[in-house]
Amino acid sequence: MSPELINLIIQATGESLFMVSLAALMATAVGLPVGLFLATSRKGELFAAPSVNAILGVIVNATRSTPFIILVVAIIPFTRLVAGTSIGSGAAIVPLTVAAMPFIARLVEAAIREVDGGLIETAASFGASPLQIVFKVLIPEALPGLVLALTLAVVSLLGYSAMVGAVGGGGLGDLGIRYGYQRFMPEMMLAVVVVLIALVQSVQTVGDYLARRLNRRLRHR
Amino acid sequence: MNAHQSLAVAEPLRSREPVAPAAAIVEPMVRFEGLSKTYPAYRDKPSVQALQDIDFAIARGSITGVIGRSGAGKSSLVRLINGLEKPTAGRVVVDGRDISALSGRPLRRAQRSIGMIFQHFNLLSSRTAAGNIALPLEIAGWSKADIRTRVAELLELVDIADKHDRYPSELSGGQKQRIGIARALATRPSVLLSDEATSALDPQTTRAILDLLANINRELGVTIVLITHEMSVVRQLVNEVVVIDGGRIVERGHVADIFTHPKHPTTQTFLAEVLGDTVPVSLASRLEQRPVTAGKAVIRVQVQGTEAGDTVVARLARELAIDVAVLSARIDEIGGQHVGSVILGIPGGEAVSRQALFFLSQNDFAAERLGYVT
Repeated sequence: MSPELINLIIQATGESLFMVSLAALMATAVGLPVGLFLATSRKGELFAAPSVNAILGVIVNATRSTPFIILVVAIIPFTRLVAGTSIGSGAAIVPLTVAAMPFIARLVEAAIREVDGGLIETAASFGASPLQIVFKVLIPEALPGLVLALTLAVVSLLGYSAMVGAVGGGGLGDLGIRYGYQRFMPEMMLAVVVVLIALVQSVQTVGDYLARRLNRRLRHR
Repeated sequence: MNAHQSLAVAEPLRSREPVAPAAAIVEPMVRFEGLSKTYPAYRDKPSVQALQDIDFAIARGSITGVIGRSGAGKSSLVRLINGLEKPTAGRVVVDGRDISALSGRPLRRAQRSIGMIFQHFNLLSSRTAAGNIALPLEIAGWSKADIRTRVAELLELVDIADKHDRYPSELSGGQKQRIGIARALATRPSVLLSDEATSALDPQTTRAILDLLANINRELGVTIVLITHEMSVVRQLVNEVVVIDGGRIVERGHVADIFTHPKHPTTQTFLAEVLGDTVPVSLASRLEQRPVTAGKAVIRVQVQGTEAGDTVVARLARELAIDVAVLSARIDEIGGQHVGSVILGIPGGEAVSRQALFFLSQNDFAAERLGYVT
């Protein structure tokens, strides 16, 4: 493979990582609190607000049930508004973030719900405020699960980021389609796939390692 | 016990100094006033009246055992004391404060003077022993330095100072409950609530934990309220018993009185189960309703009191000049009183067994004929 092509791959990998990490960061910033709220706002729970919970649930489900490629096209006006353009890696971050937010929210909700309800009651019996319960009990106890949830989200985002390539988003997916598919360069396609596999593999390995380190329940068995 | 002692101390004080804070000494630790708790209907479940017309006081420094069947309302009672639940009617006064009227920040502050330990320990798996004990102190806003000294003190108190940096997953049940106790005592509460705290432990560990609780009660003067269904807990630790059935207090009093003269059927059943009043299966299966030729009449004698049971078999044998067989016996010592029952086999036919029953009733033993065996 020529040096130019290798340069292209390196550049595309950089774009993909840029899109994914920024989207993951922003989606987590929104998804984490939303997921926490979803996990604690049903009837009788810490921040009980059943109707808000129900409405938020519907919005989350609606976003999650829209196929990603349709979401990308559907929110182009919004993307233009936020990023000033709808083409390129910078613009692609917008639909990636929008798609990852509800996904992360649901994963966070599931991880938080895994925490034993008895611990919430225990902290409450010591006079802990709802926020103290969140920061001293729920998040620390759910941390291994949260790390795994974020790992899963980043892996999914890597897949999505390849998809935005189809609509001019740059990155590895873009490279694979333009060179590998449209120019009939199977070695380019193969290279893109190999790089993606390596990225997913390393993200998952790091995530698993962190989760295992954080999990005191399993650490010593 | 301690309540009686403190009352005894209060008497001469009052006579010498009429304005001495006698009221403060007499003021009970926990007082339930006309308390009822109803859980409203939810979805397809009907509303549940968990507690009704609860009126009683728990003396300072006492160890009160709340017993009853599951679903009787024991847990609700304890959760009302620490304000996790609000009564539907009436109020709960803890240490002179109406806990049922508080909410938000004042309630949270009041909860710091009420510690609680749990059946499944409820420790944070993400924190070490020291970290778990520090939790209520962090919640109460203590400084890092104060927390460090207090945690060391508490680890010493519950005798697991060497487990400072261990995670719950590395500890045994007894050690976990010791952390639970240390955590509950961290903010120096005046009441310690225990919700079946030894039910998940083996008998030996249970005994050690109960010893620890007794020490804490004696040395720190902490009033202890515990829910339990375990005989060993009541026998070893408790001095006041409250029996709850169907959301009502059906019987309460000093442990020895309740155990020697149980009045309510629930108490009797509870005692029968734990004291082994029930006829052993092997014996029950052989029981005949009609006299058996050359067999024995089976008579159960209730044993209560200080030394009553000790000689009953010997006296009966001497009186009737027969060989009395002991088929089954279970006698426990509770609050200095012997409580239990002996099942005897009386040979010699109808006349002798009637004579035996007469002798027993003459000597104030509750006795009944269960049947006959060969």
